[in-house]
Amino acid sequence: MNILVASLFLVSSSDDANAFFYSQNYIIGAFKPACSITISLADGKSRKQVALKENGKTVLIPIFHNQETISGKISIEPISGKKVEHNGIKVELLGQIETYFDRGNFYDFTFLVRELDIPGEIYERKTFPFEFPTVEMPYETYNGANVRLRYVLKVSISRNYGGSIVEYQDFVVRNCSPPPSINNSIKMEVGIEDCLHIEFEYNKSKYHLKDVIVGKIYFLLVRIKIKNMDLEIRRRESTGSGTNTHVETETLAKFELMDGAPVRGESIPVRLFLSPYELAPTYLNINNKFSVKYYLNLVLVDEEDRRYFKQQEITMYRLSETS
Amino acid sequence: MMISNGIEDEEKWLAEGIAGIQHNAFYLHRALDSNNLREALKYSAQLLSELRTSRLSPHKYYELYMRAFDELRRLEIFFKEEDRHGCPVIDLYELVQHAGNILPRLYLLCTVGSVYIKSKEAPAKDILRDLVEMCRAVQHPVRGLFLRSYLAQVSRDKLPDIGSEYEGEGDTVMDAVEFVLQNFTEMNKLWVRMQHQGPHREKEKLEKERNELRDLVGKNLHVLSQIEGIDLEMYRDTVLPSVLEQIVNCKDELAQYYLMDCIIQVFPDEYHLQTLETLLSACPQLQPTVDLKTVLSQLMERLSNYASLNPELLPEFLQVEAFSKLSNAIGKVMEAQVDMPVVGAISLYVSLLTFTLRVHPDRLDYVDQVLGACVKILSGKPKLEDSKATKQVVALLSAPLDKYDDIVTALTLSNYPRVMDHLDAGTNKVMAMVIIRSIMKNKSWVSTSDKVEVLFELIKGLIKDLEGISTDELDEEDFNEEQNSVACLMHMLYNDEPEEMLKIICTVWKHVMSGGPKRLPFTVPSLVFSALKLVRRLQGQDGDVGGEEVPATPKKIFQLLNQIIETLSVVPAPELALRLYLQCAEAANDCDLEPVAYDFFTQSFVLYEEEVADSKAQVTAIHLIIGTLQRVNVFGVENRDTLTHKATGYSAKLLKKPDQCRAVYACSHLFWVDDQDGIKDGERVLLCLKRSLRIANAAQQMTNVTRGSSGPVTLFVEILNKYLYFFEKGNPQITASVIQGLIELIKTEMQSDNAVVNPVSDAFFTSTLRYIQFQKEKGGAMGEKYDSIKLGG
Repeated sequence: MNILVASLFLVSSSDDANAFFYSQNYIIGAFKPACSITISLADGKSRKQVALKENGKTVLIPIFHNQETISGKISIEPISGKKVEHNGIKVELLGQIETYFDRGNFYDFTFLVRELDIPGEIYERKTFPFEFPTVEMPYETYNGANVRLRYVLKVSISRNYGGSIVEYQDFVVRNCSPPPSINNSIKMEVGIEDCLHIEFEYNKSKYHLKDVIVGKIYFLLVRIKIKNMDLEIRRRESTGSGTNTHVETETLAKFELMDGAPVRGESIPVRLFLSPYELAPTYLNINNKFSVKYYLNLVLVDEEDRRYFKQQEITMYRLSETS
Repeated sequence: MMISNGIEDEEKWLAEGIAGIQHNAFYLHRALDSNNLREALKYSAQLLSELRTSRLSPHKYYELYMRAFDELRRLEIFFKEEDRHGCPVIDLYELVQHAGNILPRLYLLCTVGSVYIKSKEAPAKDILRDLVEMCRAVQHPVRGLFLRSYLAQVSRDKLPDIGSEYEGEGDTVMDAVEFVLQNFTEMNKLWVRMQHQGPHREKEKLEKERNELRDLVGKNLHVLSQIEGIDLEMYRDTVLPSVLEQIVNCKDELAQYYLMDCIIQVFPDEYHLQTLETLLSACPQLQPTVDLKTVLSQLMERLSNYASLNPELLPEFLQVEAFSKLSNAIGKVMEAQVDMPVVGAISLYVSLLTFTLRVHPDRLDYVDQVLGACVKILSGKPKLEDSKATKQVVALLSAPLDKYDDIVTALTLSNYPRVMDHLDAGTNKVMAMVIIRSIMKNKSWVSTSDKVEVLFELIKGLIKDLEGISTDELDEEDFNEEQNSVACLMHMLYNDEPEEMLKIICTVWKHVMSGGPKRLPFTVPSLVFSALKLVRRLQGQDGDVGGEEVPATPKKIFQLLNQIIETLSVVPAPELALRLYLQCAEAANDCDLEPVAYDFFTQSFVLYEEEVADSKAQVTAIHLIIGTLQRVNVFGVENRDTLTHKATGYSAKLLKKPDQCRAVYACSHLFWVDDQDGIKDGERVLLCLKRSLRIANAAQQMTNVTRGSSGPVTLFVEILNKYLYFFEKGNPQITASVIQGLIELIKTEMQSDNAVVNPVSDAFFTSTLRYIQFQKEKGGAMGEKYDSIKLGG
């Protein structure tokens, strides 16, 4: 329980501090490649970033939306006066889906490439501008249990010997959607005959990521001694298709709604702020590879620790921050 | 062993809880000192998590709660200072709701809510409503009660009351009322529910624990009573109906009793008076086991105090018909609570009676109504055995006596004796004594025969043997005291009108007759003297009484007296009867009724002859007869001769010689009445004296023979004194020489060989001689008379 409380006030998104921005590049530099490659985005200073954990380190990664133009500069600087011979330099923009059951097999749903330089030699620092105008990025970056969807800029200096020199710049895509025009409440009466009958109501079926779930649980019949009642937010990730489908369910939030045993006629309020949790929109059948759905799971626990629950799907969406 | 372990465990758990709070409080303080909001929230939530325990009894839980409460005060101060944590209060209000556990979340929410109201950034009513609604989430009775009590505590100075800074702009006192009412309702539900939690075998313990928590619930009513804005109208239309609805609906004995009592105690008397009907109508709807008698008694007590402190409010009491409302309510409660023991019912009526006597002392009909209601309860039930119930009935019956200082008032209450009928014999007597004492103390005259009739009906326990009480069980001392009281009481029955007085006497007589031989010796003398008192009053007016129509003539009364005294023969009490006859004879003498007086003397003599057997009693009796006869002057010569003859005859026939002697010389007075027209028969006086001398002489010789010594000369000295008396009164037969002779005789006797020195008789003789000497020396006519008596030698 202490873990729960501790996690509660953790606020995830972060827009401050550029301190570690290029740290990754320094580390790569330590492996002594022939040259260093720096990718800087056109609006790198002003663009929003998100902190992501990767290999135990927190890195800040810029955020893009669908159909944004991605442009910037790529600098290549040979180390201490060495020349770099190459067979051409290119930058690729990749949208990849990686499923863990199909390890190592990336599926690129987006593949764009720009040639930066014809084969030749580089003696000194050289900068190449690049631009991918209005890139189609319909899917959001996603890092799930069994599947990962990532966007990356990949700079390759191809060489005849010594292998190609490659540099990556991840970026995150987030797509906002307008508030849904139809957003019905969820209302349902459930129960176990002669044992427990409740009626629950959540004010909406579609919530944005900073939304508040408001509702109430109404007890129509209580013949068991309930100890407490929680509302859980669960994420259900399914990958593959047919017999190959893998489903992973993860509880993202466990929020206590009620303490003690109610009697018939009691109505317990629900007010759950979603902002503290790391939620993402609902993804339906992304490129035929995977789906991520969200559920509200109402759990009642009785004094013998038996659990009674009812799961209801909710749709999550990302609301444009300006709206 | 089990129990002590349980207690030890609890101590341990409490210690653990306190340690948990202290541990987190340490980090909380550090976070507060460094203005770190996130840390502060984190540690306060952890701290409050200690309150999630289910293992402590309410008592111990309270201890834990107080520790947490203190920390929350510090947190609240921190929350208030936005420049320290940099978070607007509205955001803070959301932020604390991120806490995963409900209990810490709600404690924090209430704390921020309080700051939020104070900031006035949102209407107080909205915040209050939100808080009281959100608190529903805690359904565990103890935890819920403490949480809501915390809410009540932090909000009580922030209610939008009239004149408060939180009033206005849509925040009205009504919002404050609704908030408190809702919190009260929810708390009461939790409190009532507590009894259903936990195993059944611990029911008693649970009830005890529950009782410890009652003030948490009651505090809401206290808060309500402190809201200035609740005027009578709002109290009547909103507050009281809501509170009562909750009380009735909760169907719980403990809660109903406690909360009804709370209402009565916390709200003003004026409100109670004006909403009496509403308040009372809830009573019959409560559980049948609720101790309504205490509740209603409290209410009546308060109202009567209110009335007596504010006499000017009396019209209001009449206007709202307080009495009939209370009376009806009690009736309904009785119907609803069929199993209420008689003691409860009666004590309720005692309270109502006290109320009536204090508020409407002039309304005897109310008092009688109350008594009538009691009769209804008692009727059809066997006589009361329950001592508590009996006590209540006694209290019920004593109340009017204490109040009115006048038994007569009580006598007009038709239901009074009917209530008494339901007492057991012993208590009935006690009550009768209370009544008598009240009459005696207040010196209230009972002045008509009707009232006397009622009174005797009331005290009949003392007047006659009641069924169900064996005379063997009586304590004689108690019995005597009771009967003496009855005797005293008779003198309080008085009317100036002779006819009514006679009626009273007849009524009393009728009752006294039924008392049996044990009581008559106590009651008859009083009655006789009461009648004689009437005779004395009439004797002056005897002359102008027409005769035929007037029943109250001395003659009639004497006839009655004759009958009365006659009854003593069944006791029997001849000596007492004799004395009473003589009293009557004397009264008849004063009324100039010779035949009546003669008859009384005859009765006395008959008694003397036939009933007075003891020699000592005979001596007393004969002296009484002589004394009375001496004073009586109504007789003609013939009657008088007959009576005096009898008297002297009996005197001479007494058993012991000294008694004979004394009686005979006493008889001498029968022939010499020192009045103007008194009989003065000197010869017969002398005869008596001589005869007594002879007897004295005979007595002296008898002693000589039987004891070998002569007795004292006392008798002779006594006779000498009689001689001197008549000598001084001028009886010609008593001459100085006769006296001289007697003196010589005594001296001789004293010097005889057989004489025994007796200092008493010697002193008596010496002082008699000194008297003679004194008279001689005094001179004048008396001195001359005495001159011829020679004392020398």
